Amino acid sequence: MTAHPTTSRFKDNAHEALGDDQLQKAMLNVRAGFIDKRAAVAAKLPEFEALRDSARDIKNHTLAHLDLYLERYEQKVIEAGGHVHWARTAEEARQIIIDLCQKSDAKIVTKGKSMISEEIALNAALSKAGITPVETDLGEYIIQLRDEAPSHIIAPAVHLNASQVESDFRRVHTHLDADRDLQEPVQLLTEARQVLRDRFLSADIGITGANFLVAETGSSIIVTNEGNGDLTQTLPKTHIVIASIEKLVPTLEDVSQILRVLARSATGQEMSVYTTFSTGPRRATDVDGPENYHVVLLDNGRSSMLGTDFQDMLRCIRCGACMNHCPVYHAVGGHAYGWVYPGPMGAVLTPTLLGVDKAGHLPNASTFCGRCESVCPVRIPLPKMMRHWREAEFSRHLTPATQRFGLAFWAFFAKRPALYKNLTPWLMSLMHLLGRDKGYLRALPLASGWTDSRDFPTPQGGTFQSLYRKQKSNGRAA
Amino acid sequence: MSARADILSNIRRSLGVTGEEAPRLTNVEQRISTAPRGLSVGRSQLPRQGQIDLFKQQAESALASLTELDSYEAVPAAVADYLRSNNLPAALRIGHDPRLDGLDWGSTAIDLLHGPSDGQDMAGLNHAFSGVAETGTLVMTASAENPTTINFLPDYALVVLHEKDITGDYESMWANLRQTYGKGTMPRVVNWVTGPSRSGDIEQVILLGAHGPRRLHILMIKEQD
Repeated sequence: MTAHPTTSRFKDNAHEALGDDQLQKAMLNVRAGFIDKRAAVAAKLPEFEALRDSARDIKNHTLAHLDLYLERYEQKVIEAGGHVHWARTAEEARQIIIDLCQKSDAKIVTKGKSMISEEIALNAALSKAGITPVETDLGEYIIQLRDEAPSHIIAPAVHLNASQVESDFRRVHTHLDADRDLQEPVQLLTEARQVLRDRFLSADIGITGANFLVAETGSSIIVTNEGNGDLTQTLPKTHIVIASIEKLVPTLEDVSQILRVLARSATGQEMSVYTTFSTGPRRATDVDGPENYHVVLLDNGRSSMLGTDFQDMLRCIRCGACMNHCPVYHAVGGHAYGWVYPGPMGAVLTPTLLGVDKAGHLPNASTFCGRCESVCPVRIPLPKMMRHWREAEFSRHLTPATQRFGLAFWAFFAKRPALYKNLTPWLMSLMHLLGRDKGYLRALPLASGWTDSRDFPTPQGGTFQSLYRKQKSNGRAA
Repeated sequence: MSARADILSNIRRSLGVTGEEAPRLTNVEQRISTAPRGLSVGRSQLPRQGQIDLFKQQAESALASLTELDSYEAVPAAVADYLRSNNLPAALRIGHDPRLDGLDWGSTAIDLLHGPSDGQDMAGLNHAFSGVAETGTLVMTASAENPTTINFLPDYALVVLHEKDITGDYESMWANLRQTYGKGTMPRVVNWVTGPSRSGDIEQVILLGAHGPRRLHILMIKEQD
């Protein structure tokens, strides 16, 4: 639950994260759990790169016609007997959902995993209204017990180790034998399965997110591995879907193209275990499924991103590949980002949703190594957009004075090429001398914030300008 | 202004459009009516037997198990074998599917329970609408014959799949679905199922049997010559 973002304290958060041994141990799982699997499964599909282009083009086409696809989608939902609610803001979305819950006198609400639910801080609002929200995705359940926010968009508890989960289960599941064995992760899974099975069967309303909304058929789609989303939406009397407006895709064929890159990019699976297409409530011929089907369409600033430098961000399909491959995310984990969306996609999205004044640190927490863009299934130019934020931050004078001074200092020389050319070789020799045999510097004056947790490599060879000149003359000679 | 009108007009303002432009309306109309297939995946473009083999291979690599049966009549005995070999009680949850009801269950000791699952069943059996070879994915459609709860609540999910209902890719499956249900009309739920339920949420280690079935077993009925 993330009612109070701490994005503005990113530097302190990151600092704490670097010293957190439990977290650092857990973050090692990201590499083995995601990166290698994605690479292996992508290599098995020769069309993978072409499918990324296809997914990008489908999302671009949809965004360019978003108003029309939304109208078409709404019409199809209504035809199927469902209801569509439009919410401009998080507040409106919360109110719509609470009203729906109160109308049906709901006490317990089960929830499938939804980042939009996190974005609008739905759980806190439900609790305040006297309704008990129960997260059913194993990771979300664990962090709900801990009263934490997810630290990853598809692996919400990736920051935890099994021993921490064990102690949470012992603390909360007090109705179970205190001497039970919970050494093995599978025992933890089995316990959660048992505890949550009762909740599924007794819930009044099920709330899920949506990975996609299909305009052609009015269907909402959820993608899960656990099956929790399906139990959430099938068993209670009412199913509420909460989705943001950019989840639209035109047709079943279009979504099939995108599904081919989603699981592969996210978990390195060929396909997730459950992909569910839901269209309206229970029909006359059905014997199960919800009697009421509602969709809450959330804007929350997205319509204003269209036509701007940040429109491409609306292609995001929330696979998490960008954070899985991000050295900054690996080092500090998701909580340091201070709100709902961590990693590179969060660094771009969070400032649009919270404001660059509150989240300006995030787009600065990047080495611009470009790995996020290189793995993004819809080819979002994440580093370029982080640069846009840095520029916006600078032009709004939100950058700290020391940084502005540093830039001005550098600009003074950069604008005087002769001075720059004469000064840089001298500075390089000095750094080289200080680094001596090690090849790196442990500390730099005025930059301890940087060098405390990193070493600065000493410059090798000549300056860029001299190397460039040399290469150019070699090139001519060859 | 209503939230709906506000959001739509904000989108239009951002995109610099009115919503009335003929080319945009035509683009959307055409996209939805023709539903272009997009890029096809080479691995699914195989001769018939190749697709069937690919389905088996992919379903098994997604950790489903699979038995091939020579005839539909062999289903009750195959179910009985499966329950026995997994030390399960001789009870099976099924919907009101006339195909399943027409089988001779009397030759087995299986106790049949009809209707949606209430969460107390160890084993359930549904009919698949289709199987998609490219990822070994079963396609289940909701109905009284094949209730959705049977796909998710029993610990052991058994699925009958006719070999003839296997398609190479998702797009061919959608084409068949549209023929059955009509263009733009969907069954209440279409479930793609690729292997048994699992979670990697504890230390990123994959464990089977999260909330859905712990095991998925496919009974594949061979095509009759």
